[in-house]
Amino acid sequence: MATPAPVAALNLSARFPGSVTADARPGYSGWIVEKGKLLEVTQALRDEFGCDYLSSVTGVDYLPEGKMEVVYQVYKTTGGPGLLVKVQVPRADPVEVPSVVSIYPGAELQEREIWDLFGIQFSGHPDLRRILMWEGFAGHPMRKDWKEAYYEEDGKPFKTRWPEGKHALAESKNPFGDNISYPAGFDPEKWIPEDAEKALYGALARYEVRDEAGLGTDHVIVNMGPQHPSTHGVFRIAVMLDGETVVSLKPVMGYLHRNHEKIGERNTFLMNMPYTDRLDYLSSMSNNFGYALAVEKLMNVRPPERAEYLRVMMAEMTRISNHLMAIGALTNDLGAYFTPMLYALEERELILDIFEAVSGARMMCNYFRFGGVARDLPEGTLQKIKDLFFERLPRRIDEIDRFLTENEIIRARGIGQGVLTAEDAIKYSAAGPLLRASGIPYDVRRAEPYSIYDRFDFEVCVRQNGDIYDRLMIRFDEIRQSLRIIQQAVKQLPEGPVAAVKPAYQVRVPAGEAYGRVEGPKGELGFYVISNGKPSPWRYHVRAPSFINLTAFGPMCTGQKIADVVAVLGSIDIVLGEVDR
Amino acid sequence: MNDMYGKGILKGLSVSLKRFIETYADDLKWIGKRYRTEEGIAHRSSKDGRGIFTIQYPEEKLPVPEEFRFVPLLVYDEGPDGEKIMRCTSCGICSRVCPPQCIWIVRSVDPATGRPFPDPAEFYVDADVCMNCGLCAEYCPFDAIKMDHDYELASFGRSLFDKARLAKPASYYETIRPVNSGRENAARAAKEAARSAAQAE
Amino acid sequence: MDVKDLNSPGYEIPPEMQGLVAITTLDKVYNWGRSASVWPLMFGLACCAIEMICAAASRYDTARFGMEIMRPSPRQSDLMIVSGTVTKKMIPIIVRLYNQMPEPKYVLAMGACASGGGPFKEGYNVVSGVDKFIPVDVYVPGCPPTPQALLNGLMKVQEKIKGEHWKNSRWYQKGPDTVEIPVPLLGPDLIDPRKIGLAQTGAKGQEA
Repeated sequence: MATPAPVAALNLSARFPGSVTADARPGYSGWIVEKGKLLEVTQALRDEFGCDYLSSVTGVDYLPEGKMEVVYQVYKTTGGPGLLVKVQVPRADPVEVPSVVSIYPGAELQEREIWDLFGIQFSGHPDLRRILMWEGFAGHPMRKDWKEAYYEEDGKPFKTRWPEGKHALAESKNPFGDNISYPAGFDPEKWIPEDAEKALYGALARYEVRDEAGLGTDHVIVNMGPQHPSTHGVFRIAVMLDGETVVSLKPVMGYLHRNHEKIGERNTFLMNMPYTDRLDYLSSMSNNFGYALAVEKLMNVRPPERAEYLRVMMAEMTRISNHLMAIGALTNDLGAYFTPMLYALEERELILDIFEAVSGARMMCNYFRFGGVARDLPEGTLQKIKDLFFERLPRRIDEIDRFLTENEIIRARGIGQGVLTAEDAIKYSAAGPLLRASGIPYDVRRAEPYSIYDRFDFEVCVRQNGDIYDRLMIRFDEIRQSLRIIQQAVKQLPEGPVAAVKPAYQVRVPAGEAYGRVEGPKGELGFYVISNGKPSPWRYHVRAPSFINLTAFGPMCTGQKIADVVAVLGSIDIVLGEVDR
Repeated sequence: MNDMYGKGILKGLSVSLKRFIETYADDLKWIGKRYRTEEGIAHRSSKDGRGIFTIQYPEEKLPVPEEFRFVPLLVYDEGPDGEKIMRCTSCGICSRVCPPQCIWIVRSVDPATGRPFPDPAEFYVDADVCMNCGLCAEYCPFDAIKMDHDYELASFGRSLFDKARLAKPASYYETIRPVNSGRENAARAAKEAARSAAQAE
Repeated sequence: MDVKDLNSPGYEIPPEMQGLVAITTLDKVYNWGRSASVWPLMFGLACCAIEMICAAASRYDTARFGMEIMRPSPRQSDLMIVSGTVTKKMIPIIVRLYNQMPEPKYVLAMGACASGGGPFKEGYNVVSGVDKFIPVDVYVPGCPPTPQALLNGLMKVQEKIKGEHWKNSRWYQKGPDTVEIPVPLLGPDLIDPRKIGLAQTGAKGQEA
């Protein structure tokens, strides 16, 4: 593989003189593009400079400066660090930015999210509807001047808690006794409910079907979820069907939108650590990792050796436990009702035992700290880790693999179904196992090694067909590679401290922006953090792999039978905590 | 040969049968001590565990590790006459570090002098907001707030824990976290010794 | 059920008949039967749902309590385990599901979020506890409650069922079989039909 030119060396301002300038704010990097030139520049980025992968799009509200910014992260799928491209627009209504969906279709859901939360309109977007909140919701909640019903202060800690912390429920201060506030002058009695689903159903593509006699057949719209046993949580799928064949499909989400980012911008930097656990709640250690990396970049600290090893071990254990769950859930969706799941969960329980011993909780580990980890391994845990990851798990993974891979139903329902081609995978910004099962060997651990991954001997798993079966099998491959990494890490684990700095609940984070990304079990998990030197981040954005992977969900299902929709969704492996945040 | 239909069913049944027999094999091998004994529970979760994996809660309980955290507790030392000496000085660090801001503290004020003094007048943890993250216990400089191991808190109403409900004796804390409390006690004793040495000079 | 739990106090059983005969109340037998076959709704909201799955899986195994049959349809279930953060976008669906469940029905609020809002309480899309809309029988604190904590909560549900008297049960009374809860609407913010009057005074208060 030829070494690609490093992205950082690209000189965009030389290619587009006058309309692209380097971002000169202290602590910032990347390029600021003029709004009118955005499409031209992104097209050049993709076609001339080889940045074929749009990783994330997010908005930032610079209220004091009266500006709004849209930040694009682009990469080369051949590896290397990424490039930040920004567009700044004045903060006057309506805020409008051209949509890049025509160049990077992976931006579709993300631009909808920015419209929903920041109120930035993307002209040229094919389906600009709200995504996390419902149509008709008042306001764009991530704007800095938007206040929710329970708003207390801009930053934590709140003054009401100490020293005069007389307990009062938040709802007791609200006139409705609940988390509700209406715009001024709103009268619910005169309010006429709109047909909230009209826009959604209108967005579903349809085509006319006529038989030889010219008789028209109508399509059927089927809604799956939000209460449906196979949607892995509160997720809804609106499908347009022609008979049993999917004509078009739209994911509907937001049923678990917990305002992670809004709360994250009120929290201090440390407070966000336990909140990240609740993003992808199946792999909290990995979420901790990404967030710790982003803030450590800003703080410019490195954890000590032993902490690095512990971090890698925990992150890989998380990957195994997540993939076990994914395999169990996918086989559930393929019709093996709960039996493989029980086998997988049994092993997962043992991994959770280790998490519980090390971090104190089975799922919400909250184990990473800036510049280290919370505590060293308790006595006896290392032996448990050795027993599990050297002896039991390799044996059990082989066993589960043997039971499932040759199963005729799994093969029949998996092979050739729900295919995502390599081009489409890049186009729709698919990440993680979804991308690698389509033949793109892109793994952040190798593409831009973080922590100490460059020291370990492991392979980037890749499968070529991009179907459901390959996406199931690649999870087995990745578990085996993770086992290899853990085994190496256990053997090399050095003695020493586990924190580089003295533990402090108030950390000083210099102003600037940082993007920390890790290869989470579900794909590239990124944290985009902007600090302005205050105790809380000014902007805290999560590049959620499950969410962005859903961009490819519709195209993957089109032309499939409705029964396969469930299996395709299972093979993407989403977690709603991360999709909706 | 994949043309034979039903092969998967036969294979599946044989796997189930094998697991079924394994259950009895392990039960026989561990007869009398597989269930409701500590070593039995440990064996079932070990690398060699086979057969039934189930913990028969509530008859037997999976022991929680020392670091396990649930809702916080407030540690008090027992004085010579059995009085409760709260370790908490109502400094407010826990309420400041709490991510969901579920700790509410009213500081005590001496009515004579008007100056605050240790031992909070009121202390609340809203267990319906608490995220069990353990940051309060981690950053408490007085080893006063710690994470409890008691997870059997189901009730017929919402859970707002006040000072009386949260307070637990130091002896209880030492039983649930022997290693941590030993380390903390040693550190406190060392600090005390250093202080008295400094005073003696 | 143990014989000693079955026997009602106050009745003398001759020594030669002990172990063969039990005198009990209809309530005890009836409630024992109901409490030992509670079918939960297969309904996972968030993080807690994963712990609920773990509780149903082999290590904790709710089958030992007669609760392994998780029905995806509310029409066939007795117990709704609200396992996770209740959001405004989701609460109309939860209320609808609750209305569709046949009596007798029970609700267990699993975890901090369902009980009282949880760590995300301050968020703009989060409901401060599912009990704002549907009656909750048992609250299980924790974030998330471990499977054993959930089992403890499920035992509380059984305890509640065992304490009931069939004569007082509302589903055996005259009148409507169940109490329909008005489904909230999604307007500029969540609209609870029961609080529309309140909204007007609230809106006036805001204007003033």
